[in-house]
Amino acid sequence: MTPPEPRYTAGPPDAEAPSVEEPQPVIRLVSVIKTYGTGEASVQALRGVSLDVVERDYVAIMGASGSGKSTMMNIIGCLDVPSQGQFLIDGIDTSSLDEQQLAVVRNRKIGFVFQAFNLIPRMSALANVELPLSYAGLRSAERRLRAEAALRLVGLAGRMAAQPQQLSGGQQQRVAIARALVTAPSLILADEPTGNLDSKASGDLMDVVDRLNAAGRTIVLITHEPDVAAHAKRTIQLQDGQIVADRRVAGPESLPPLLARQMAQQVDGPVRP
Amino acid sequence: MSPGQVFRFALAGLAANKLRSALTTLGILIGVGSVVLLVAVGNGSSQSVQNAISSLGASAITVLHTEGSAGPAAAPTSAAGSTAFAEPQNLTVQDAQALASASGVASVSPVVSTSETLDNGADSDTGVSLTGTYPSYFPAEDDTLSAGAYFTQQEVNTARDVVVLGSEAATDLFGTASPVGKSVLVDGIPFTVVGVLASKGTSGLTSADNTAVAPLTTVQDALTGFGSLDDVVVLAKSATQVDTVEGEITSILDLRHHETAADADFDVLSASSLLSTASSTAHTFTVLLGAVAAISLLVGGIGITNIMLVTVTERTREIGIRKAIGATPGVILAQFLTEATLLSMIGGALGVLAGVIGTRFTIVGVKPVTVPLSIPLAFGVSAIIGLFFGGFPANRAAHMRPADALRYE
Repeated sequence: MTPPEPRYTAGPPDAEAPSVEEPQPVIRLVSVIKTYGTGEASVQALRGVSLDVVERDYVAIMGASGSGKSTMMNIIGCLDVPSQGQFLIDGIDTSSLDEQQLAVVRNRKIGFVFQAFNLIPRMSALANVELPLSYAGLRSAERRLRAEAALRLVGLAGRMAAQPQQLSGGQQQRVAIARALVTAPSLILADEPTGNLDSKASGDLMDVVDRLNAAGRTIVLITHEPDVAAHAKRTIQLQDGQIVADRRVAGPESLPPLLARQMAQQVDGPVRP
Repeated sequence: MSPGQVFRFALAGLAANKLRSALTTLGILIGVGSVVLLVAVGNGSSQSVQNAISSLGASAITVLHTEGSAGPAAAPTSAAGSTAFAEPQNLTVQDAQALASASGVASVSPVVSTSETLDNGADSDTGVSLTGTYPSYFPAEDDTLSAGAYFTQQEVNTARDVVVLGSEAATDLFGTASPVGKSVLVDGIPFTVVGVLASKGTSGLTSADNTAVAPLTTVQDALTGFGSLDDVVVLAKSATQVDTVEGEITSILDLRHHETAADADFDVLSASSLLSTASSTAHTFTVLLGAVAAISLLVGGIGITNIMLVTVTERTREIGIRKAIGATPGVILAQFLTEATLLSMIGGALGVLAGVIGTRFTIVGVKPVTVPLSIPLAFGVSAIIGLFFGGFPANRAAHMRPADALRYE
C-alpha cells in the first residue's frame, strides 16, 4: 500500500506570497469555540480561542482542570473538531477533512506524547515506535532504520526489544517521544508528559524535549506544573475556556530558556542565583 | 499499510488472549464439524437404502394386494360410509393373466407367500419365507442358481412338490452338503429340493437368502389355500418402460375390479418408485440433520460477535492510541475483521478436519458418506460468518472517536 497523496496541502507557503518576515504558523486557531452536549445541558469548553504557533516555537499551555486544556489539546491534535471557528495545521483547514484525512494528518503532522504513555502492550519498544510508520505505509526495512534512530535519540538504544511492562515510567515515556518524532511531524504535542513521573525522570524527560526543540522541532506542551512550563519559550494561561495570559520568555529561534542557561553554566561557570 | 502488516496485527491481537481465541474457535469447529459429519451421515443412510432397493431389480414391478381404503379393517366403524366404495376384491391368477396382455410386459408371476418351518429330519429352520409362484419369478427377482435347476411351468401345472431353496435356508438345513435331490418337510409335506439360489445378501433388516420358492399351485394346494394372491411380480421388457407398464397395470386392474384410484385394492410398486420415495425421505433426513448442524454454526457465529465485542471494548484505549498515531478507520476495520475471520476460518478448517475424521467411523449403524460439496460450503460459510458476525464489532471499533477512546479506562 502506497501512502495516499495528501489532497489538502496548501502548497509551499512562500511560493506566491513573498513575505519572508511572516512565516506560516504551524498551527492557527481562529476564534475556536467548542461546545459539548446540546440544549440546556450544553457546556462551552472553549469560548473563542485564537492562537498562532510558529515553527520552532516551544509553547506551554497552562491552566487548572476544567480550564479547557484537554479540549484544546484534542483540537490541536486533530482528535476532535471545533464547534465554531477554524483550526489550521500547516495551513490546512481541518474542518474540511473527513475521518480518514484527519487520520493521515495525525500521522504526518503530529506526534503525540500522553500522560499515561499509551504504548501498546505486548509490543516491543521498537514495534511501538515503528507503528506510525506502518500506518504511513513505509517498508519494513526503512521503518526499522528510522525507529532505531529515534530510540537512540531518546537514549534507549539498549532497550529496543523490551516490552512496555518491562520498562520504567521514564523509559516508557521516552519510547513515546521516539514514537512521536519518528514520522518527523510538524508538531510534537505533549499532554502532561511528566504527570506520571517522579522528579528525576521528569527532569530527564524535559531535557530530551528541550533538545528536540533546540534541534528544530515545534513543541506544544500541556501542563499544570509551573516547573514544566518553565522549559517553554512561551506560556499561555487558559481559564474558563479563554486565554487570560500569553507570556513570551524567549524568541522562537532561540534556545529553550533552561537549556540555554545550562549551556551558559557549562561555558561560563556557575551563574549567580 | 500492507495487508501482511494488518494480518500480523490481527495475529498479535488473537495471540494476546489465547484461551478466549481457542474457545471461540471451538464454537465454529463444532458447528462446521457437525455440518460435515451429519450431512455425511444423512447421505450415507440414503445411499444404503438406495443400494438395497436397486438390488431388487430395475425392471420389476410388484402389484401388492391390499385391503383397499374401505376394507375390512375400517368396516366396523364406518359401515355406512363404506357402501359408497366398491368391495375390495381378491387379486387372482386371472388378474395376473390379464396383465400379461399389456404391451411392454415381459413376464407375469403371481405370488403367494407364507412363513414356514422347514425340516429335513435332522435339522429344522424356522421363519423361512416360502414363496409360491411361476418360474418367471426368478429372472424378475434377479435370482441366480448356485446348484440344481429351477422348477418348470410343467411342474407348476401339475402341482409337483418341488422347492428351490435360498442359500441361507440351504446351509441351515444341509450345511455344506448339496441339498439337490434331497427331501425337506414343509408343514409335514415332503418337498424335493431341485435347486439352490445364489446369495443375494441382506436387504435392510431381513435376509433375502432365508427363503424357499415352490410352484404356486403346490403352495396354494398344501398351505395357503386358493384365496387372494399376495402380489404379482410383473417384469417390464426394459427399465425405461417401467412407468408406462405401471400405468397400464393400474388401468387394467381398476377396470377388472370396477374401482377407481380412491378405493383401489392394490398397490403398484417398482424399484424406481420405491427409490424416489426413499431418496426423498433420505433427502428430508439429510436436510434436517444439516439444519440442526447449521444452527450450531450460527451459535458459533454469535460467539464470535460476542467475543469480538468484548475484545473491542477491552481494547478501546489501544484503538484510541492507534487512531491518534494515524490509523485510518479502514485500517482498524481491516484489523478487527481479519481477527474475526481468522478465528472463524481456523475453526472452520479444524471443523472440516474433525468432520472428515468423524466420517471414518460408523455412526448409529450408518456408514457416513462425505458429500464433497459440504466441505467447501461449510468452510466458506464459516469464513462468511467471521466477516458477517465480526463486521458489527469491527465497525464499532473503526468509528470510535479517538478523543473518547483515549479517555477510556
